[in-house]
Amino acid sequence: MAQHNDNAKEAARDLLPVDIGQTFTFAALSSQFLVGLSRAMILFIVSAGMSFVLGVLRVPNVAHGSLYMIGAFSAFSLSNLLGGGSGGFWVALILAPFVVALVALVAERSLFCHLYEREHLMLLLFTFALMLILGDLVKIFWGADYRSIMAPDMLRGSVPIFGSPFPRYNLFILIIGPLVAIGLWLFSNKTKVGKIARAAAVDREMVGAIGINVSWVFAFAFVLGCFLAGLGGALVSPMVSVSIGMDHDIIMEAFLIVTIGGLGNMWGALVGSLIFGLTQSYGVLFWPQFAIVFPYIAVVIVLLWRPRGMLKAVW
Amino acid sequence: MFRDIFNGRSIGPIAGFFIVLLVLPPIIPRFYTYILAVIFVTALVAMSLNMVVGHGGLFQFHHGVFYGVGAYTLALMLTKTSLPIWVGFVAGPIIAALVGLLIGAFCVRLTRLYFGMLQISLGSLVWAIAFRWYSLTGGDDGIHGIPMPSFISSSNGAYYFVLIVVVICLMILFMIFRSPFGETLQAIRDNPERCEAIGINVRRHQLLAIVIATFFAGIAGVLFVVVEGSVFPDLMFWVLSLEIFIMCLLGGWFTFAGPILGAAIMVSLRTFVGIYTEYWTLILGIILILLIFFLPEGVWGYIIEKFGSRPNEAVEKGSN
Repeated sequence: MAQHNDNAKEAARDLLPVDIGQTFTFAALSSQFLVGLSRAMILFIVSAGMSFVLGVLRVPNVAHGSLYMIGAFSAFSLSNLLGGGSGGFWVALILAPFVVALVALVAERSLFCHLYEREHLMLLLFTFALMLILGDLVKIFWGADYRSIMAPDMLRGSVPIFGSPFPRYNLFILIIGPLVAIGLWLFSNKTKVGKIARAAAVDREMVGAIGINVSWVFAFAFVLGCFLAGLGGALVSPMVSVSIGMDHDIIMEAFLIVTIGGLGNMWGALVGSLIFGLTQSYGVLFWPQFAIVFPYIAVVIVLLWRPRGMLKAVW
Repeated sequence: MFRDIFNGRSIGPIAGFFIVLLVLPPIIPRFYTYILAVIFVTALVAMSLNMVVGHGGLFQFHHGVFYGVGAYTLALMLTKTSLPIWVGFVAGPIIAALVGLLIGAFCVRLTRLYFGMLQISLGSLVWAIAFRWYSLTGGDDGIHGIPMPSFISSSNGAYYFVLIVVVICLMILFMIFRSPFGETLQAIRDNPERCEAIGINVRRHQLLAIVIATFFAGIAGVLFVVVEGSVFPDLMFWVLSLEIFIMCLLGGWFTFAGPILGAAIMVSLRTFVGIYTEYWTLILGIILILLIFFLPEGVWGYIIEKFGSRPNEAVEKGSN
């Protein structure tokens, strides 16, 4: 009986949040804000890719996380191949997403494209199978060890912002994120290919009827989405330990972000990523043990308030 | 009533199969007894999922949560309280069904993909809480060494207990499928708008189906603890839920027995492929792709199409 009481006390003690006076200093709050923001940028790049594929092909790509992981591992290998120095990192950063895009193209043209006429559940299951296969291929090719990449010299170390040290690399991410967003927006709205892709998302039959090869549009959309996943993976590689569990972690987050943002909506992916990143970083401040629960709670609240996502879905 | 359910032809093979299962444990190695018990438990959870997916047409993407809740309920009752085990056996499915009712009530408001995604969100929330609440649930490690009464703690004892419970559950599920409720559920799966038009409350039927399915998933979770003696948060992780989904597909989700076959194939492959290589997920992915391209009706569905025997045809067509 006494033992049960002790267990209960221990459980309660674990649940208590941190000491409030110490936690909510301006330095801590602003530091966590920036951390959350940089995390949100990575999430945005990955989720935007997934949202794009979801919008055009109407299927959530479960293998998106695996491609993100391949991006990170490729960046690692490429930068090692090129000597491991700063220059090597920049080249790896640029090349890795193309490696991932190539993998995506091969998977799409050889297998995926034959399923476009089938029901959507089959497409979803194919992406799940792809995730399983790519996951093990990464294990075979790179092994199960943790890898790490060093950021290039000019981005190492930290700068003091509002009294707390903030990593320079994260600042870099904070600049890249909006650049990607602008680039995607310009692509979708100002280029011919982008407009065709958007049209195919809304009405694929019509696009086919006016003589455009819809299958190629899908291939392009899929490859572009996966390119973004690879870019996200390459960008995140100096910030985290590159390992084989990365695909599982990111895919659930991307999935939920895309759901609360509005299916296929790029700005929705941005809003969703901000919510996710910031709730997680502030969760760490407020209740470290359950920090990962906060984004899920935010997702549940958003979905109960707006079941179809906050912004308009593309279809 | 039993004549109605098991028409003359098929009762022979089914009874024979059951007798074979009964006499196996003393004559086969303990490892195989254990694997068979795992297959029975997995078959039950796959069958419970198929109730909402195959027969109900819902995108239940996170069924594993209810399986895990049943398992954790029993595990927590046995390790943290001194209540007798029968209380745990009954509480597991009930709590799983309550969670199912709660999550289901939110999800049935939506359709198709949104249903699935909301369920994944809510389910992931449950998983995250179990994963992090270390002092209560053992967090990442789970709970191990759960004590079982002696008559089911042995390998053979667990086998027989699980077999009896699973067979009873399957019989109940069969009766539910053939009942007016089951027929209505299939009608809703095929054409929800028309059902609404003739006055059927689609949401209430779907919710009831979810509650029943999660109840049986809870029973499967309880049986999992009996067989394995431990629980871990992976039971509620989305990858396992998708695996259960694949089992239904692999077996044939428009048939009654399909998921059982799917579960048997998956567990056997996972065990025996696992002996030769650590890249089981790669093999599973390849199998899934082969399935999508060549056997979309599932293995059992394919067999029925090719070799469906006459007397059963009317019964099978009725279930399709």
